[in-house]
Amino acid sequence: MPYPEPLKILLEKVVATRPARVEKKKNGEEFTAVKLEERDTILNNFHPDFIEGTRRKIRVGPSKGYAISNEFVDLLESKSRMNPDLVNLSQPDYETDILVIGAGGAGTAAAILAAENGARVLIATKLRHGDANTMMAEGGIQAADKVGKDSPYYHYLDVLGGGHFVNDPELAYTLVMNAPDAIRWLEDLGASFSKYEDGRMKTMHGGGTCRKRMHYAADITGAEIMKTIRDEARNHEDMIDVIEFCPAVELVLDEHGRCAGAVLYNLETSEYYFAKAKAVIMATGGSGRLHIQGFMTTNHYGATADGIVMAYRAGVPVSFLHTVQYHPTGVVFPEQAEGILITEKFRGAGANLLNIHGEQFVYEREPRDVEAACIIRECSPEGRGNGIPTPTGKYGIWLDSPMIDMLKGEGTVRKEFPGKHILFRRFGIDISKEPMLIHPTLHYQNGGLDINSKCETNVPGLFAAGEVSGGVHGENRLMGNSLLDVIVFGRLAGEFASEFIRENGEIGAVNLDHVRRYNDEVEAAGTGETGIAPMLLPDYSNPEVKEKQLTKDYFGTLS
Amino acid sequence: MNKTSETNVDELVPIYFMGKRYDVPASLTIQKAMEYAGYQHIRGCGCRGGVCGACGTVYRIPDSYKLQVGLACQTVVQPGMHLMIMPYYPGNRSSFDIQEMSGTGGELASLYPEIFKCIGCNSCGQGCPMDIDVMHYMAQAIRGDIAGVAETSFDCIMCGLCASRCPAEEVQFNVAILARRLNAKYRIPRAEHLEKRIEEIDNGKFEKPLRDLMSKSMEDLKELYRSRESEPQMAEEDWTPQDARYV
Repeated sequence: MPYPEPLKILLEKVVATRPARVEKKKNGEEFTAVKLEERDTILNNFHPDFIEGTRRKIRVGPSKGYAISNEFVDLLESKSRMNPDLVNLSQPDYETDILVIGAGGAGTAAAILAAENGARVLIATKLRHGDANTMMAEGGIQAADKVGKDSPYYHYLDVLGGGHFVNDPELAYTLVMNAPDAIRWLEDLGASFSKYEDGRMKTMHGGGTCRKRMHYAADITGAEIMKTIRDEARNHEDMIDVIEFCPAVELVLDEHGRCAGAVLYNLETSEYYFAKAKAVIMATGGSGRLHIQGFMTTNHYGATADGIVMAYRAGVPVSFLHTVQYHPTGVVFPEQAEGILITEKFRGAGANLLNIHGEQFVYEREPRDVEAACIIRECSPEGRGNGIPTPTGKYGIWLDSPMIDMLKGEGTVRKEFPGKHILFRRFGIDISKEPMLIHPTLHYQNGGLDINSKCETNVPGLFAAGEVSGGVHGENRLMGNSLLDVIVFGRLAGEFASEFIRENGEIGAVNLDHVRRYNDEVEAAGTGETGIAPMLLPDYSNPEVKEKQLTKDYFGTLS
Repeated sequence: MNKTSETNVDELVPIYFMGKRYDVPASLTIQKAMEYAGYQHIRGCGCRGGVCGACGTVYRIPDSYKLQVGLACQTVVQPGMHLMIMPYYPGNRSSFDIQEMSGTGGELASLYPEIFKCIGCNSCGQGCPMDIDVMHYMAQAIRGDIAGVAETSFDCIMCGLCASRCPAEEVQFNVAILARRLNAKYRIPRAEHLEKRIEEIDNGKFEKPLRDLMSKSMEDLKELYRSRESEPQMAEEDWTPQDARYV
């Protein structure tokens, strides 16, 4: 629906201040950035991570005592979905060299590299191949490849600065040093990056970058990458099998503690299968659908932290999960588009953020956590109370996209942001002429499973890559480093997992003892009534309907 | 204010999901309306943001003979609409080795010879929820205009609705992605700066500066971060920093 009358009136203030703001942008005059020493105060007061009572200590498992969001702890203090005694491990339903769990960017890149290294691969995925946050990533992918003005040195500094200087240095090193090769790999597979006529990559700024190193494919960079590598995986049909709608629900270990596959669950027939493998790559992605603190999310439907739960039960510690990334700009109106991501690229291209008076209140290229906290401060009644009220009773901030056409020429918004242009056109809003209403949205799981720079976990034979892992981004990821993360570490996981199976012999006797032990530990911790995990799918059904859904658990056909 | 919204007290309208009536709030998308009605999606739901192609939907509304299409996550319900989500449509795909090709129109034709059966009826384009001119890129494919197909089909989400409507049994979206990959790999010049940078990295040019950085104290790192030079927003592509020691 188009902007209703009250919003149209407020829009006049945006139009009134726009020419002067465009002029300033052209002259290189930017709104003053938050000083490094002031960041903490703003984050402590306005970032959702710091709200009292939203975290508690985990009472079980390898990271016992670590305080993270209640929603995560609820999952980690849950029991298994299935009774380990009932699963028949003597007859594997599938046997493969490498089992990849999850079919987004990291899983698919891993599968291709493993196949190229001679390993047979089985990808098990909860939804379809490619239904993942990678597909939804819009803005771009960072790599310091502009010779003469940028280098991995500066990329590293930016990564550390964005992550509050607590990132795992080896992982950050691995990310930035492998970045140019990740882009070359994608280019070589035929991903359509936006380029100059002579083939040079177009690059732009993102929040927290000191050089323009964001490569992009219009405003659907992740979709372009995901579609390309999925298509490439399909070209390896002799080596890569994919089972869709069949998520893993528990890992399986052998008698020596080595990972030996997983129990899969067929969502459509409710069967449990044993997939036996010589190595497993966990690539299940993030967790936006846990709706931490009730926030709306940009994440896809399957982002429910399944991999964290499974690997944690098998003994893999987690870190950096105490921070969650809220993307500064999610749609807050129209309601049908609520939570949908508006890429940071709009701000990289020059669009201002404006309050109810049509005034700037924040520099547009702060790291995401600082940017989000500043927007919440501007909207919040406890802060400055300058948010724009929406017809649905929320508050938002204007993202002044029409500036981009004024800065870079008529038609730029339409050409550089076709995805969002079409989306808003459906609601009767032309974003090259009218700004968007945004608010921070739950976006990214900064932390996750502990890995080293070979993607190894502490469980032999279990690797992890992408959003499910933690450390590389420290406490806050910069834009353009998650697509990079999934490609760099996905490829490494595929490579090192295939090396692992070449160097290690056959697996021993398989078992689910760790699941039994974990169930017992949950019981002993006396956490009260526990749920089951992994969650697999979020439930948005109508509570009134749920009350009438009387059959919750049953065995066999209902009669 | 930033919390997920409570269900709105909203006018209820009837919709027919595969013929079965549910009364749902008028402001919801088809996807959310089905959840309101009690469905927990397994198929037919992916990104919930209009880019993944999981929820292609066909529907009719009262008083119109027209068959309409949309994405369930993007299309708002209409009173009396009859709809079906089509999460999958069988489509043949030809495998290829991207490294062994050359990016010619002939390669499209040899992998998908059926493109010449296209009768130009435009059912595909009418069936595209992304408003892509599918018939046009099929014509470009027939002409061997790989760059044209790539450009016209760029926004394709591969939902399969075009193929479901095609009387000539084409699988347009697979033709399109083949053309896009061939175009990007063979028709558009490579980024030479990538090769050069990778060579520098392989020769160890950044090894010492980076290892030095990694061994610095947090205070020193913060100082380097604060004082790092920033490329201006409006700088041209050929901008160079004053400190060129590490670039």
